[in-house]
Order: sequence, then structure tokens, then C-alpha cells
Amino acid sequence: MTERTLRILVGKPGLDGHDRGAKIIARAFRDAGFEVIYTGLHQTPEQIVSASIQEDVDAVGLSILSGAHNSLLPRVCELFREKSADDIVVFGGGVIPEDDIPGLKAAGISEVFTPGTSTEDIVKWVRENVTPRA
Amino acid sequence: MSLAGRILEGDLRAAARLMRDLDDGFRSAADEMKQLFPRTGRAFILGITGPPGAGKSTLVDQLTAAYRRRGNTVGVVAIDPTSPFTGGAILGDRIRMNRHADDAGVFIRSLATRGHMGGLSRSTGDVVNVMDAMGMDVVIIETVGVGQDEIDIVRMAHTTVVVSVPGLGDDIQAIKAGVLEIGDLFIVNKADRDGAERTARELAAMLEMKQTKPGDWQPKVLMTEASRNCGIEEMVEEIGNHRRHLVESGALERICEERSVRHFMDLLKERLFAEVYGHIRVNGRFREIVEEMTSRRTDPYSAVERVIAERFAAGATPLS
Repeated sequence: MTERTLRILVGKPGLDGHDRGAKIIARAFRDAGFEVIYTGLHQTPEQIVSASIQEDVDAVGLSILSGAHNSLLPRVCELFREKSADDIVVFGGGVIPEDDIPGLKAAGISEVFTPGTSTEDIVKWVRENVTPRA
Repeated sequence: MSLAGRILEGDLRAAARLMRDLDDGFRSAADEMKQLFPRTGRAFILGITGPPGAGKSTLVDQLTAAYRRRGNTVGVVAIDPTSPFTGGAILGDRIRMNRHADDAGVFIRSLATRGHMGGLSRSTGDVVNVMDAMGMDVVIIETVGVGQDEIDIVRMAHTTVVVSVPGLGDDIQAIKAGVLEIGDLFIVNKADRDGAERTARELAAMLEMKQTKPGDWQPKVLMTEASRNCGIEEMVEEIGNHRRHLVESGALERICEERSVRHFMDLLKERLFAEVYGHIRVNGRFREIVEEMTSRRTDPYSAVERVIAERFAAGATPLS
């Protein structure tokens, strides 16, 4: 009775116009038994953080292809810290050069998945690294 | 401080957390709700129901904007289905509403049905009460996309809006029992589509056939194009008319009384079931009964009678 269902928000920050990858990930999370809140395209970091707090999610997965990852992803982490909600795990995926990953991790992004990562691997990472908060 | 105390001080994370505890069935949530309950009963509860794809989320988005323009705070509970196979769910109603995400006067929560039938989730009533205690003036419930018989919303909402779209069926659909009987207001959305006028006429004809007494509310049929914000002001106006009718006719008191009855009954059923079933599951009687029934040594009627008698025999100690 007292077992948490894992809740994850999948968001598309910024201006890029394709969310096929985000939808595939959302579907994979659904099939893994998680509750997925999908917020759709063109979200600002403020909208993503506010929605994550209202939905009481355990983790946020951000898909980004536009090249703006170095500003948008750290901004999401910064806003979570401002709202004392940095216990929410943030991870990212998309077209992100290897060279940028250390900087993103330093900014608070827990993991970055680049093109070619299987959905199984991403689900497995979530199971191992995200625990529903008691 | 308790979650309830923090919620009353305006802490959004505490509110979100209590909603999660309610959804996950935590015992502690009941204690929090005891504290919040005296602070509920003020919000106007609006239910939006209709088939998948009718545009309910877009309507809710436009209604939220309209109420905000009037200076009201708005809570939204948006329900989507849980997969019966994996227990997972994709909650996508926010896609249409996220422009309100950074408005402090709006709080949107997505819920999965988690196997509950009737168009709502088991936790919906409690989540609405949390939003009510948070001070939301209007709480809008968007049901899971319903078919013909998912009408729990009518017992939860003060005003129920049934959303239709052109092209879903012939006029026999309009006179069947179920979801079409519960509307206080009917919306034909996507009114730019072929057949919208005809759908509206058929709904209106159905409403005319309804036997009514003088002074009863007469539901109207309105046309909207939510994606272009057409017809929304008229819709808000008509919802306001219904609300005034509820207050002036005394129907609001009856609705609140019925809601109290239902709330108590639901909780009583849930607790009694948990009490009896928990008891026989722990002491192994449940397995025994299943085996006895399978081999036809006992019947379910006698088994239930015996179990209830055993559980409530004098001196039985309640489970914690």
C-alpha cells in the first residue's frame, strides 16, 4: 500500500522543434511503469521547474537538440537550487558534444545521454539512480 | 511543521507532496487531511468531461486564462489513464496548459487513474480538497477521456460540463443513458468542423425531451473553438449562471450534502475492506478460503459472512 510510483517529468527546453526523441523516452518510461508528465515543446527553464514542483516528480529528463544545452540545462539546476528543490534529479539527452558533458555535470546535471543510447539503458540508469523520495 | 501547516502558509512543495501521499495511499495523509478539512468548502468545483480528443485540455487552458483575467486563482486536476499492463502512464494534459506554469495564481496537477474506473482517480476528491485549502477560488477537474458511462465527475463537481465534437455518431447517441445525462452545460468544441451545427441541434433536441419541473436548471448547448479562444467568454458566463442558480435554488447545499455522504461512504468502505482483508491476508485465512472455494468445499457467501463475523467478534483487536 505504501509504495511510491516513480514520477518523471520529460521536458523540451528551448526552441528546437522536434520532440520525437522525447516522446520515445516518455513511452519507454511509461512501459517501465513510471508516471510520466510530458510538457511538450518550447518550454522555458522556469516553466519546467515550476511544473516539476507542482507535480512532485522524482526526476526531470530534458531533451535538447538546439545547441543551447550549455545555458538552458544549468539554468534548470540553478532554479531548482533557488527553490530548495535540488533533491529532484536532473538528466539530459540529445545532440550534446562529449566536450560539454563535464561542464554540465559540474552544473548539477546527473547524467547526459548522447545519440545512440538505448532506451533500455536510460530506464536502467533511472532505476539505479533515482529513488522515489520517502 | 506538518505538511498541512506548511500548506496553509502557502508552501507549494508541501501541497505537491501531500497530493502524492494521497495518491500513493499513505496512512499519514489522512492525519494531514484531518487538519486541512476545516479549511475546505470554499472553492467552486468545475468538472470538464468528454471523449478523448474533444479538446478538454485546451478548453481548460482557456478557462483558466479567463478566470485569471477575472482575478480568480485556479487549481487544475488533469486525469489521464494508467496502463493496465505496466502500471505506467503518460500524463500529457499539461502540454496545452503550460503557459500558466509560472503563474503563482495557478496550480496544475496531473493524476493517473491507477485502475480506478469512472473517469477520475481514487485520490481526486482529496486532491481537490488540498487545492481548496490552498485557497484556490476555482478548481477545474478534467476527467480522463470518457466513453459512455464514466460519470463519477457529477458527484464531485458543482457544475459539470460535457464536451462533444462533431462527427462522433448519429442522433441515437444523443438519447442514450450515461455521460450525456449529467451535463449542466454542453459544449460542441471544434465548431469550425463540418457537422458542428447538426451535433449542437441533436444535443439541444435531447435536452428538450428531458422532463423538467419549473425552476429546474435548463442546460444549454454552446459552440466553442478552444484553440482560437472562441466562445470561451460565453462559456464562463453560462457557468456563472449555473453557479448562481445553484446558490439561489438551494441546490448547492444539497450537492455539498451529497458529497459529504459519498465521501464518508467511500472512506468507510475502503477502511472496512482494508480492516477485514488485511486481517485474513496476514493470518493466512485468505489462502485457505480461496482453496476451499476452488475445491467447492465452501461458497463465497458463507466465507464472507464467516470472515466478517470473526473480524468483528467481541474482543477482536483492531489492526493498527
